[in-house]
Amino acid sequence: MPTLNVNGSARTHDAEADTPLLWVLREQLGLTGTKYGCGIAQCGSCTVHINGEPVRSCVRPVSSIEPGDKIITIEGLSADGASHPLQRAWAQIDVPQCGFCQSGMLMTAAALLKNKPKPTDADIDEQVTNICRCGTYNRVRAAIHIAAKG
Amino acid sequence: MHSNDFDAEQRAERRAAPKPARTPSGGRTMLASDGGSVSRRKFITSGASTAGGLMIGLHLPGLSQAATAAQPQTAAPEVNAWVLIQPDDTVVVRIARSEMGQGTLTGLAQLVAEELDCDWAKVTTEYPTPGQNLARNRIWGNFSTGGSRGIRESHDYVRKGGAAAKLMLVQAAADEWKVPAADCKAAHSVITHPASGKRTTYGKVAAAAAKLTPPTDIKLKDPKDWKLAGRPVKRLDTRDKLNGKQVYGMDLKLPGLLNAAIRDCPVFGGKLKSFDAAAVSGKPGVKKVLRVGDSAVAVVADTWWHAKTALDALPVVWDEGAHAKASSAEFAATLRAALDAPEAAAANTVGDVKSALASAARKVEAVYSYPHQNHACMETMNATAKFTASATPAQQRCEVWCPTQNGEAALAAAAEASGLPPSQCEVYKIHLGGGFGRRGLPDYVRQAVDIAKQMPGIPVKLIWSREEDMLHGRYHPVTQCKLQAGLDSQGKLTALHLRLAGQSIVAGLAPQNIKNGLDPVAFQGLNAGGPEAAIGYTIPNLLVDHAMRNPHVPPGFWRGVNLNHNAIYLECFMDELAHATGQDPLVFRRQLMQAHPRHLAVLNAVAERAGWSRPAPDVGGQKVFRGLAQTMGFGSYVAACAEVSVDTKGELKIHRIVAATDSGHAVNPQQIEAQVEGSFAYGLSAALYGECTVKDGRIEQQNFDTYPVLKMADMPKVETIVMPSGGFWGGVGEPTIAVAAPAVLNAIFAATGKRIRQLPLKDQLRAKA
Repeated sequence: MPTLNVNGSARTHDAEADTPLLWVLREQLGLTGTKYGCGIAQCGSCTVHINGEPVRSCVRPVSSIEPGDKIITIEGLSADGASHPLQRAWAQIDVPQCGFCQSGMLMTAAALLKNKPKPTDADIDEQVTNICRCGTYNRVRAAIHIAAKG
Repeated sequence: MHSNDFDAEQRAERRAAPKPARTPSGGRTMLASDGGSVSRRKFITSGASTAGGLMIGLHLPGLSQAATAAQPQTAAPEVNAWVLIQPDDTVVVRIARSEMGQGTLTGLAQLVAEELDCDWAKVTTEYPTPGQNLARNRIWGNFSTGGSRGIRESHDYVRKGGAAAKLMLVQAAADEWKVPAADCKAAHSVITHPASGKRTTYGKVAAAAAKLTPPTDIKLKDPKDWKLAGRPVKRLDTRDKLNGKQVYGMDLKLPGLLNAAIRDCPVFGGKLKSFDAAAVSGKPGVKKVLRVGDSAVAVVADTWWHAKTALDALPVVWDEGAHAKASSAEFAATLRAALDAPEAAAANTVGDVKSALASAARKVEAVYSYPHQNHACMETMNATAKFTASATPAQQRCEVWCPTQNGEAALAAAAEASGLPPSQCEVYKIHLGGGFGRRGLPDYVRQAVDIAKQMPGIPVKLIWSREEDMLHGRYHPVTQCKLQAGLDSQGKLTALHLRLAGQSIVAGLAPQNIKNGLDPVAFQGLNAGGPEAAIGYTIPNLLVDHAMRNPHVPPGFWRGVNLNHNAIYLECFMDELAHATGQDPLVFRRQLMQAHPRHLAVLNAVAERAGWSRPAPDVGGQKVFRGLAQTMGFGSYVAACAEVSVDTKGELKIHRIVAATDSGHAVNPQQIEAQVEGSFAYGLSAALYGECTVKDGRIEQQNFDTYPVLKMADMPKVETIVMPSGGFWGGVGEPTIAVAAPAVLNAIFAATGKRIRQLPLKDQLRAKA
């Protein structure tokens, strides 16, 4: 059975090779924090990290991922689910509304901070292209800056 | 005149709420998914535990998983329908309205806790079910969550619930101590008797309090004495949204669950003719291919991805029906003709517009249009249903788990689709991944039940693809508007005829409420008066009328509803009149608003904060221009001042919007700010890009690549002035959406001299090659 390294654990699955990673995470591994929003890499709700890079998992065939590739999902962003600087900043200013897009927002922002610890507004505009229909953008931006300040 | 097939196709989505059953007690049992029965309390409180049986994951904010799982089977005392208190002083506040991001859950809990005088740190919430509401004679009132009504229409009875519970708790302590209740005090969940020094907590006396006769003489606090309500407290439902634990309908797990993908006839009103199940039945995971109603086909499989993959490969033949050639161009022509139709339903008539226009020194006329919009909730429509068959009809059951803005409508839909009485159905509300009006309609619930009924005993989760969601929305109505103004020689407005032409939501959803061709909600923001949505101008001769024309595209309540286009039409035209007569748009409006002090107050507030009297400072070498708008809707008064620049290529940048909102009372100011910002993102998405067009009877835009929405880079800074003037309760989820677009469009005119009258903006500012 194929193996994936997800949140530090080796996980096996029996999905067909062309199954998008998103649906392997959600339906084979039970990790439903990663969301389906569009299926065509437009909205970013499905964003996970593969080897530290943000990936829109709805269009990434699972067969393209090597067993050694390190996948991190929202469930693995921090050990306790609350202590990543972005999770703390998000909680501090009540960023989410419905919350559905927020897993993808957080994973996108986490990848941004890893590459650019002090992002400018322009960096955020360029990198955080996720869709939020509730319109939490200004609080997302503010929370990224809070987290960057540490 | 319009053709017959363009007439109102009366889709009655909303059925009457089911009649209450006679079961008087709250102690009903319900079938667990393993067929056993569990008590209602156990179901609610232990739902989040995932040990084997029910894996419902109903979210209980503030309670740890461990505490939730450890909840004893004995019920926590229900002091009354709204308040349960556990021995450890945890207060469970029942919330009848749905939380979809708008913060109502926290706001309602604040109101109950304010009157209860409990420890806010120990407050948690839960949804009662629509079935319980039915069984208990609608003790929790209306579950419907739309029209920005969550707080403004339930504040009175939920506060009374909190106040009554406090009286009962104090009485229980006084009874135990054998002292008069009037000599006791209660605060932060602690009851004291100062004279004797006795002290107890709500949790210790809750069981005794629950046995008392509820008081009838309940006095509510004066809002000026509020300590918790009115404060910007944190939401109760944030934590699990930061780590993937929040369970949305799409995430539901149940033992033995199968998944369904569906395709409904892409042409509204069309039918399913045939499908070739054999072509896909051998594909991985496929369990069944089945007809759903008379217009849809679904594939049921072990996983949704398998179901969707098989559905994509399924040969389907449609009977596209009478509307197979309908188009947006055809709608537009019909609406354009209706702008001059002799017959229209008048809602607001002052003086004699016809003769005033005829004798006016100057006339100004303009025609505007607003397209269909899809709600495009981030979580697509979904519902899980299980039909339990039995040889004994009375033991048949239908259970539904779904994100819904109207639990009672979902219950009615489950009953209708299952063929069972409502008392044999139940709906468990799951947190919504967005609503915006779309999830008030239970069409997707009906489909899920239809599928489940064909597979008894198996829970089936129906998830719509984004494409299905885009093609089968309940769309923002399409309208046009012709405005004719008469002005005297001094540039004073003497007459205004505002003719709306187009689609009626009410005609589509509840045609019984159309009287004499008049849709009572078509005139939001333009009504003569009333507490809901009154026009803010005094115009000596005024006629607001509506020539209803209903295309076959099903309409729905879309955040802001009719206020969206009405505010664009009126506020952009007011701006046109000010410029046509060489007057400052603020001064021009003020002259007409003297009899409307609340409308005027919010307008003045944004003008002052934005610095209207001074030019806006340049940004990055670009000149910045301002635009204003004000309106009233959903019981609140709102205004906005937008600041924009447009470069030589026609590139628009919205730098800042100052917004003011007077909702009478403000229960949680920081959540009001969140709603204002969010409404702007939604309203500007529509104004800048949003458009669902029809070709060959079907919607052309199938995903976010062709239905772009506002993203981070285009989101303006928003400064929100929350200015509750007291004495009334207005909504906050929707009103401000309506002022974002006209304020921006008016600022665009100030910047470019180009008047945008056809929405959305799209590339109308771009330099033509």
